Amino acid sequence: MDPAHSNLLVSMVNIRKAFGKVEVLKGVDFNVNHNEIVGLVGDNGAGKSTLIKILTGVHRPNEGDIYFKGERITIHSVERSRELGIETVYQERALSEQQTLWRNIFMGREITTNLGFLKIKDQREETDRILREQMGFTSKAINTDSIVQFLSGGEKQGIAIGRALFFNAELIILDEPTMGLSLAETKKALDFVRNIKHQGKSAIFISHNIYYVYPIADRFVILDRGEIAGEFLKKQISQDELVERMVKLAKTGKMS
Amino acid sequence: MVRTSRSRERRLELSILGVFGGIFLLFIIGSPSVFTRFDIYYSFMSTIPFSGIMALAITLVIVAGEMDLSFPSIMGFSGWAFAKLSNVMIDGGMNPELVIVIAMLACFVTGILGGVLNGTLVVKVRIPSLVATIGTMFFWRGLVNVCGQGYGESLVPLNETVLFKIFVGRLGGLVPAQAIWMLCLGFGFWLLLKRHRFGSHVLIIGDNTESARMMGIRVDRVKFVVFMQMGFFASLAGILASLEVTYLWPSMGEGYLLRTLAAVFVGGTSVFGGVGTIFGTFIGAIIIGSLEGGIVAIGLTGFWTQLIYGLIIVVSLSIWSYFRHKE
Repeated sequence: MDPAHSNLLVSMVNIRKAFGKVEVLKGVDFNVNHNEIVGLVGDNGAGKSTLIKILTGVHRPNEGDIYFKGERITIHSVERSRELGIETVYQERALSEQQTLWRNIFMGREITTNLGFLKIKDQREETDRILREQMGFTSKAINTDSIVQFLSGGEKQGIAIGRALFFNAELIILDEPTMGLSLAETKKALDFVRNIKHQGKSAIFISHNIYYVYPIADRFVILDRGEIAGEFLKKQISQDELVERMVKLAKTGKMS
Repeated sequence: MVRTSRSRERRLELSILGVFGGIFLLFIIGSPSVFTRFDIYYSFMSTIPFSGIMALAITLVIVAGEMDLSFPSIMGFSGWAFAKLSNVMIDGGMNPELVIVIAMLACFVTGILGGVLNGTLVVKVRIPSLVATIGTMFFWRGLVNVCGQGYGESLVPLNETVLFKIFVGRLGGLVPAQAIWMLCLGFGFWLLLKRHRFGSHVLIIGDNTESARMMGIRVDRVKFVVFMQMGFFASLAGILASLEVTYLWPSMGEGYLLRTLAAVFVGGTSVFGGVGTIFGTFIGAIIIGSLEGGIVAIGLTGFWTQLIYGLIIVVSLSIWSYFRHKE
């Protein structure tokens, strides 16, 4: 497929990355289409996070090209990837626990006057709108003045995702968004991920647990020891079959 | 239950007002003749601002999750620079009006340099601020000793200047100018912390440096500015304190460290960073600053002061801790 003419949002071609003598990515091709949720699955050390860090400008690849909306680009910093519309939602870590929601939603990108004074009213109104309309929070217990530390894990994920959507992210990268969450909270967090698709945006859902990824993703990319071990569309493969293949991969190093 | 920042802050501020009211009620009951007259308040207004202004400034440092132990020494050295330079210029026959302006600017530069040094050690050299500022605390105090050789400096030639009146004059013959300074700065700091982008960044950095970085806040630059403003306001306190008595003692600043920090913590700011209240610090500074006078006025000897300081600090910290853990 020619990355310059297609439905591709992001295309990473033949990406290689080594840290010293350790080759972490051995020529990986990875694509995300418009309005698609891709499950990036693999064990610890498979190279998932390195691949993502190259996409978000944390690391530079030794080799390979990145295309965004058909244009070849270099992503040299986190700011640059954000300008492009690539936003990472880290586990809770990107929220400021003791601060209010309106400070959190706008952290680092405050609405201010020319002199730098906060337009608190605007920030509150926008936050309220994000909570009600974009994220569907209806509970009275959560409002713009709520402090993050009193929210549940799933709600925190929701805030982080809502923030990314608000700032017009085209591609949202979710790094283990369900880790450490209870079942009910996981369900909530997954609902927020579904919402990304409803808003017409794309997402990469990183996980080592296929059971969380399967219901959400449109396509699965299995990474193993720095190489793509397999790629499946959801309509091609059932959950059980996928799990079976993953088990086989772990045992034999091959998917089929 | 709705847990919001507003309800939390209001409760904190009401509590600190309660402590404040309780203490002054005790003063009034204990010594009505003193505390129903203006004189004692006049004396509070003339002495509290020196450490009060520094307490406001260090609130930002603490909210950012850092510490500065060197500000009393910076106050000492920049104050010495101010006084020494003034006297050299006065001896050279210069006009006092001009002298005080130049000396003031030099003093500010010295204070800011002190802050820059702290900022560099913490942000660039990556020494934890608690440790780094132990070093600079000794360094600046040592510099006063070496440069001043233990001699004080008289500032009498400056006390007819306009700037003198602006700094420590008496408004309407009644209100010390430094009290007005502290009030205005209190408002300014509140605006900065709660209503300005800079304050928002300070809060977020103090809360979680990592997430602040991820969200594109320039953590190092903000911390640098926080230390610089501390140095600047230490130098301002140095000017005010030395002009008030028209004399510079080379030991100026000693004894301010723990009282200033106590004012911040009594005011309800968390030592862990991320939350803080300028209003609390303001009231805390008044409480800490009025205890000594109040205790003596009530008729206890000066020997009681430290004991009562200790009690007030422990009690108010217990109240804040109870609030935090009840959540």
